[in-house]
Amino acid sequence: MDAVLTNFANGDILAITWRPLLAGLAQTMLLSLLVIPLGAIAGLLIAALFVVSAGLARVLLMVWIDFFRAFPPLVLLIYLYFGAPLLGYEISAYAAIAVSFTLNTSSYFAEIFRAGIEGVPRGQWHAARATGMSWLQSFFVIVLPQGTRAVLPDLLSNIITITQLTALASVVSVPELLHTAQLAQATSYNVTPIIAAAVIYLALLWPLVRLMSHLDARRYSTKLSAAATQRRRRQETADE
Amino acid sequence: MPIVYKPEYTMAALLKLDNVSKTFGDREVLHGVSLEVAPKEVVFLVGPSGSGKSTLLRFCNLLEHPSSGAVLFEGADILKQKNVNALRQSVGMVFQSFNLYPHMTALWNVAIALRLVQRKSAREAREIAHHFLAEVGLAHRGSAYPAELSGGQQQRVAIARALALKPKLMLFDEPTSALDPELVGSVLDVIRKMRHEGMTMLIVSHEMQFAREAADKVVFLDQGRVVEAGAPAALFGNPQQQRTIEFLSRFSLAGSHG
Ligand SMILES: Nc1ncnc2c1ncn2[C@@H]1O[C@H](COP(=O)(O)OP(=O)(O)OP(=O)(O)O)[C@@H](O)[C@H]1O
Ligand SMILES: [Mg+2]
Repeated sequence: MDAVLTNFANGDILAITWRPLLAGLAQTMLLSLLVIPLGAIAGLLIAALFVVSAGLARVLLMVWIDFFRAFPPLVLLIYLYFGAPLLGYEISAYAAIAVSFTLNTSSYFAEIFRAGIEGVPRGQWHAARATGMSWLQSFFVIVLPQGTRAVLPDLLSNIITITQLTALASVVSVPELLHTAQLAQATSYNVTPIIAAAVIYLALLWPLVRLMSHLDARRYSTKLSAAATQRRRRQETADE
Repeated sequence: MPIVYKPEYTMAALLKLDNVSKTFGDREVLHGVSLEVAPKEVVFLVGPSGSGKSTLLRFCNLLEHPSSGAVLFEGADILKQKNVNALRQSVGMVFQSFNLYPHMTALWNVAIALRLVQRKSAREAREIAHHFLAEVGLAHRGSAYPAELSGGQQQRVAIARALALKPKLMLFDEPTSALDPELVGSVLDVIRKMRHEGMTMLIVSHEMQFAREAADKVVFLDQGRVVEAGAPAALFGNPQQQRTIEFLSRFSLAGSHG
């Protein structure tokens, strides 16, 4: 038992490493706050383009979205960071992360937003346009809020995934949480910092996971009650 | 440069569809339809499902573009007009499925276009919206969301939403078809009131009893063509065409509600 504690939950090691670990947490949160808005905004833009596009443009957008969803973000990051200098461009670790993450995550965001937007009945567009609203006004004020609400759990799930993915930044030596923990482990010959990092990840993401489950349950129950209303309607019509 | 209208011109049609056709893919669904609506006139458009009534209606506010022909509003060809959104404020539309914005209260359903399109202050937009909700008998339901309203109330909010922009022409696409029978009356009452106040209206409806009572003119459309048109007494009382007779025989006018 003592051996386990010494190796996995060593108080002395924790006393030396908690400061760098918290700094690592700050980096992880900073990276998330950088790449999540970038990916969401780019994804929304792609989804909007998809909604208005037709024919070849639509096919090309689809290929773009599929490609960057399938292409591993880690490979993308390595290509960018270590490949760019070979072509004569120096690129900072943060720039490489921003670009590769945006390409990857915006494609997931685009898919989610697209599903939400296309789920909004056409009649909402017609009603908005018939009162003289422009396309942009109809999109942002009428359609997008409804479409976003419908896919809120999926958006949240994507945000959780992206936060986890920021650990990939350790390969380009950004001192985020995992990288810091690995360094601490290597210098102390002890697993405690890695365990501590895992606990910190859990504490950070667990509330989001709970919120997602809550939203999912609500989405399911509103669907059920919508179905119940429809059944009641049909029943009433049949009773006439 | 001001446009000077000749006196007799103001007597002319407010809306004129001139030989309009529509092709979806390679199927022509409207074949050269012409139709006029004079100021203050109430015209009913009736016909079987798929005859092209909604498509024709949607030409009038350019939710749909005709493949050929002209649409004149106040004498000007709207297909050549640059500012579609200005036209749409002059032409209100009410839909079969209400299409209220579910994430906004009844009041803001009415107020939002006043705010965004007509650039009124939030306070003025709310005041106007409240006035028009009162007009349709819903002054007390402004803070309700659409899901909390009955179908009849929702449709009246939708009418208020269109009226608040002070349109010169109102289009109705089967405004009572989605309603439970006992709720139809409240919506028809609002349309009666609008007629009384001199609103020009083009109405697609299957409420034949109501058409007989409220129409100045009835147009019977079948398979993308105007088969017969005329005063309601003539068209319902003494239809000339076989297809009109067949169509009308499906409605027992005496038993219809509203
Ligand atoms: N966007 C579209 N694309 C292809 N076909 C269409 C489209 N809109 C309408 N149509 C077709 O055009 C024809 C006329 O449709 P429209 O909706 O105008 O008929 P309607 O008289 O309003 O019928 P209903 O009483 O069922 O509402 C129908 O055959 C319909 O299938
Ligand atoms: Mg129709």
